[in-house]
Amino acid sequence: MANLAAVVGVGQTKYTTKRQDVSIAGLVREAAVNALQDADLGWDDIDAVILGKAPDMFEGVIMPEVYLTDALGCNGKPMIRVHTAGSVGGSTAIVAASHVQSGTFRRVLTVSFEKQSESNAMWALSNPQPFSTHLNAGAGGYFAPIIREYIRRSNAPKDVGIKVAVKDRLHGARNPLAHLQKPDITMQEVEESFMLWDPIRFLEACPSSDGACAMVIANEELADKAAKQPAWIRGVAMRSEPTTFAGRDEVNPQAGRDCAADVYKQAGITDPRKDLDCAEVYVPFSWYEPMWLENLGFAPIGEGWKLTMEGATSLDEGGDIPWNCSGGVLSSNAIGASGMIRFAEAARQVRGDAGDHQVEGAKLALGHAYGGGAQFFAMWVVGSEKP
Amino acid sequence: MKDIAIVAYQQSDGVSDAGAVNEVELIMPVLDRTFEQARLDSAQDVDFVCSGSCDYLQGAAFAFVAGVDALGAVPPIKESHVEMDAAWALYESILKIRMGHADSALIYGFGKSSPGELPIVLSQQLDPYYLAPQWVDSISLAAMQARLMLDQGLITERDMAEVVSRSRRNARSNPHAQLAGDVSPEDVLAQETYLSPLRKADCCPVSDGASAVVIATVEKAKEWGLPYAIISGIDHRIETHNLGMRDLTDSVSTRTAAEHAGMHDGKVDVAELYAPFSHQEIILTRALGLGEETSINPSGGVLAGNLMMASGLSRIGEVFNRIVSGEAQRGVAHTTSGPCLQHNLVTVLEKA
Repeated sequence: MANLAAVVGVGQTKYTTKRQDVSIAGLVREAAVNALQDADLGWDDIDAVILGKAPDMFEGVIMPEVYLTDALGCNGKPMIRVHTAGSVGGSTAIVAASHVQSGTFRRVLTVSFEKQSESNAMWALSNPQPFSTHLNAGAGGYFAPIIREYIRRSNAPKDVGIKVAVKDRLHGARNPLAHLQKPDITMQEVEESFMLWDPIRFLEACPSSDGACAMVIANEELADKAAKQPAWIRGVAMRSEPTTFAGRDEVNPQAGRDCAADVYKQAGITDPRKDLDCAEVYVPFSWYEPMWLENLGFAPIGEGWKLTMEGATSLDEGGDIPWNCSGGVLSSNAIGASGMIRFAEAARQVRGDAGDHQVEGAKLALGHAYGGGAQFFAMWVVGSEKP
Repeated sequence: MKDIAIVAYQQSDGVSDAGAVNEVELIMPVLDRTFEQARLDSAQDVDFVCSGSCDYLQGAAFAFVAGVDALGAVPPIKESHVEMDAAWALYESILKIRMGHADSALIYGFGKSSPGELPIVLSQQLDPYYLAPQWVDSISLAAMQARLMLDQGLITERDMAEVVSRSRRNARSNPHAQLAGDVSPEDVLAQETYLSPLRKADCCPVSDGASAVVIATVEKAKEWGLPYAIISGIDHRIETHNLGMRDLTDSVSTRTAAEHAGMHDGKVDVAELYAPFSHQEIILTRALGLGEETSINPSGGVLAGNLMMASGLSRIGEVFNRIVSGEAQRGVAHTTSGPCLQHNLVTVLEKA
């Protein structure tokens, strides 16, 4: 049985296209210092640092933990670097939690980041690999056909994606850290934005952001004495499957379903829509909201889009299961951090510390991340109550 | 805390250029032998899988994603990856077992360094604003470290040559070694310097390959009926990236890690040290306080073949081999990362 662990500090940077005022080290340190301040702790209170980010080619720095040791106050301490593609922010939080849940460490700092302005992510995702199919399309080009298949299967109306794009930007407008600030966005504006990868329009895609996210995770004894309400970790799960194999369902991947079932079981969740108060789910392209609503068991197969269209996932429409109150990946996408932002925002909700995007009385929240060709999944459930 | 044991270890032959094989073809033969040794059918038979690799070696983002194709991950598996030597993947797996989310794990590391110029590639892990733009390669930094030691009278060039000579000699009994043979210290000293004071023989070769390990709770290892060695301690520490602020002639983080891993709680019969340069083996031996009673790098170490991202895991595997064969009762394995031994991991293994 895992030892209890809780998030006792959360820190983020303001997400933006180019943070040219800071180095990579300055960026990660800013998030880390914010998390320490939130936890009312100092560098000496940290036993180990767990770093995560997406491919090194996104900044052009190989194994950046080597260079970031000093910025993250890690000299003389253990430091580890996780990389599981787009799910890495979530996986990193889970690996950080395991440092405490295993009883090996009392309190750790975990940080994830991406400084996309240092390089070109589209290039890094598309450079040809020897002996492999060359995919010169970036992430959107990869996922667009899968979305089209979802639309075909579910007969969803064409404007579901547009609705998600508007909803998440309205959420983002409540979050001062969100990259895109579009409080006046309309369905028409999204619909008229140019088509990037049919059916994904420009405003239905995530931005490219610089940013970092950090959390302090502590054991039961220290969390009980935490400066603020802790977010107790109620379940953690990861699943992977190959990018391609005969019979693979790319619309509704088995790895996602298995991962959700695992984390729900740990957290005692039988009906996610009813039992959870909100969710922060990795939706980099608008249509992934209805797809993941089904994959994660919030809606029956083929009906995820109905929740979206009913406003069930909207804070502004008073929905019963708000998704991505922070604005989600559609409002800020510092790739390597995006998963951890989901996990951290779930923690903020159950700590009652989410500012203008707080779901009133949130007690139980899901954090979700996915990566690769929708094949790597990381999820956790956090709660305000100690299990 | 549950006792955790190693039950299987396999490594591919170190080769300077694996040619037109991809990641899957590099990994699969090693995994097949590992499953055979552990009497498992596939990765489906362990609770967790974790790997270590580096995109920049093969020059492609997401190198590890292709690695998953070698696993038979259908149905989906619990899996993770570190962009580090796979010894840290083993560390992550141990945490997973300790927290009760797994009773067994498969760990593998792989690297295909041949497509690029490894020392130059590694220059890009330095501070991206002040050091990387100068393209200071890993061998030049190691040469600077060796020069400091020579100038301070801490070692002689002959000491370095003796490390090389012993490595080549030991490697003769290691079927996976890339460089082996009878090379005397005089033979080494007769070579011209490459990046002074280093001779080519002082530097590890560039190798392509993979290695893999299976670990399990002792309970599970007994249930499987496999010979095993217990991981009695593991710890790792990193130091400042500012080379000018470190005493490069010492390895403080190795010493700290060894203390926390409980290395000094008993006699050390065998040590496998990840020393890519001959003088670094001397630094590590001294930092660990190893003496005459310890056999150092009986496999030949990485001077006999360096599978980037797998060599650290292989050091642990080599100690495991000595213990299950009965040659040693207790041993220590060391792994390093970063320039001039910046980050070090120490694992202590004991006979069951």
